[in-house]
Amino acid sequence: MSTATQTESKELAPVSAESLAALLVSGERPPRPSAWSASMTFGWRAILKIKHVPEQLFDVTAFPIMMVLMYTYLFGGALAGSPKEYIQFLLPGILVMSVVMITMYTGVSVNTDIEKGVFDRFRSLPIWRPSTMVGYLLGDALRYTIASVVMLTVGIILGYRPDGGVGGVLAGIALLVVFSFAFSWIWTMFGLMLRSEKSVMGVSMMVIFPLTFLSNVFVDPRTMPGWLQAFVNNSPITHLSSAVRGLMAGDWPADEVAWSLGWAGLFVLVFGPITMRLYNRK
Amino acid sequence: MSTQTTSGLAIETAGLVKTFGETRAVDGVNLAVPAGTVYGVLGPNGAGKTTTVKMLATLLRPDGGEAHIFGHDVVREADEVRSRVSLTGQYASVDEDLTGTENLVLLARLLGHGKHAARERAAQLLEAFGLTDAAGKQVKNYSGGMRRRIDIAASILNTPELLFLDEPTTGLDPRSRNQVWDIVRAVVAQGTTVLLTTQYLDEADQLASRIAVIDRGKVIAEGTKGELKASVGAGSVHLRLREAAQRPEAERVLRTTLDADVQLEPDPVALTARVGSGAANGRGAAEQAARALAELARTGITVDNFSLGQPSLDEVFLALTGHDTHDARDTRDNDDKDDKDDKDEVAA
Repeated sequence: MSTATQTESKELAPVSAESLAALLVSGERPPRPSAWSASMTFGWRAILKIKHVPEQLFDVTAFPIMMVLMYTYLFGGALAGSPKEYIQFLLPGILVMSVVMITMYTGVSVNTDIEKGVFDRFRSLPIWRPSTMVGYLLGDALRYTIASVVMLTVGIILGYRPDGGVGGVLAGIALLVVFSFAFSWIWTMFGLMLRSEKSVMGVSMMVIFPLTFLSNVFVDPRTMPGWLQAFVNNSPITHLSSAVRGLMAGDWPADEVAWSLGWAGLFVLVFGPITMRLYNRK
Repeated sequence: MSTQTTSGLAIETAGLVKTFGETRAVDGVNLAVPAGTVYGVLGPNGAGKTTTVKMLATLLRPDGGEAHIFGHDVVREADEVRSRVSLTGQYASVDEDLTGTENLVLLARLLGHGKHAARERAAQLLEAFGLTDAAGKQVKNYSGGMRRRIDIAASILNTPELLFLDEPTTGLDPRSRNQVWDIVRAVVAQGTTVLLTTQYLDEADQLASRIAVIDRGKVIAEGTKGELKASVGAGSVHLRLREAAQRPEAERVLRTTLDADVQLEPDPVALTARVGSGAANGRGAAEQAARALAELARTGITVDNFSLGQPSLDEVFLALTGHDTHDARDTRDNDDKDDKDDKDEVAA
């Protein structure tokens, strides 16, 4: 008996033609799954991948912790007198910034799957077409939630005390996750459009850096030159971080919440169809 | 719901075309595949096999012509087609990060099975494919043979009416290859139609009832195995003599007894004779070869080594097209990008 080589085919049990035949005959054909069920199944796949490759949680744990620590202590003294003062202002914003940055990994995972063998199998299945993409995003929504919880914990340790209490904080996280889910359709588009993982990363950085930094995450926009204020005040990231900041502070910033959701809807309406067009044409 | 058309054809294409830039990867392919049979599509890398399969499986949109699967148009009724076909190729595989069980459960769920039924079906398939021991391992740790088994298992979670097997044994050792063939036979025995693409003539010979030979995006020959073989001759006789000096004489004997082309090999004691098609003298290749050997012995030529080979794909190609197959049997990569690249090379 050979026990040395585990992977060699000589160890493989024979194929049982009889049981195979029985399976093929017995195979009744169930009705096709609903859009919801197919999407959830793909979401389950994303979670399985996290289970098998837990290192990929690095970007939603270590990275956000680093962001909070770095900016709190870097800018805290200069901008608000002390890090503890500053974090009251900064935390909701840095939460928005980090989670929006993390969304770009969606594009990378879509692109990696295309390179590997499994993508065309999914495309050949008789299922609701967008469910593959929605599945990625559902898995990512879980990652965004993990990142938010991690950052809040660090923030609270550093002295962040949200006036909105548990309810306000949860509302803020919910809005952030919904927005990020919608925003990620940009990355599914790029993931399908660009040839390599590297180019997806490159383009993502080009979009993410200006978009997140040119906002009210770090400072009040009133200190900026007029032309920049015009951009910053209308940026979806500014609306979102104002909304999250308001919710966590116990206010109800209806306008900002509406703006954030409006932007979210726009992202899905524009980039969703482009993504699906690329997906069908791939 | 019955899906058999009145014509009884699983696949019917007319003038199917796919172009990548300047290259016509598939250039007017016509196929008629009867339901319930194994149909072989034979050709070298870059011939357009994979591109054709991808169009038939709704993964690529044809640029011209039409294709129907059980009477359903692959473009306009893509969903109807998808619910009837299954696909196994190096590009349509399983998720390497997941285990065998997880992959099959995932796909079973996507095909509409409930949680419990999906688990059960996955376990039964793993058992039937002899993969129970590896069920909990990530697929990236599987051997080539195991990999191909799980790929095929994933394709028959719901018994498909039509199964595309795109080069199912490329890169496998002979033993694993035989096992894949056994699986294909078991699947066909249950009434599934199989479209098999391959670079190996003997694979098509083993499994397919009809074969289309495809080159540069065109079908250059089509027929039953017998018809195809008759058109290229039955094979080659390879001889090694004891003494190089006897070779001219041996050549003459072979030429007269076999009525065939005789090729002198670079090795001074070796020569190869193409055994002519049966039509020439109504005898099988082995019988002709035996006659030639007897004749050589009678003439006093000592033969050290003798072998009778099936016509190789190269020979089929040479006979049908008058040009070589290039890399007919080396690379494993066969996605459409490579198809296109190779095509460029062939066309150059």
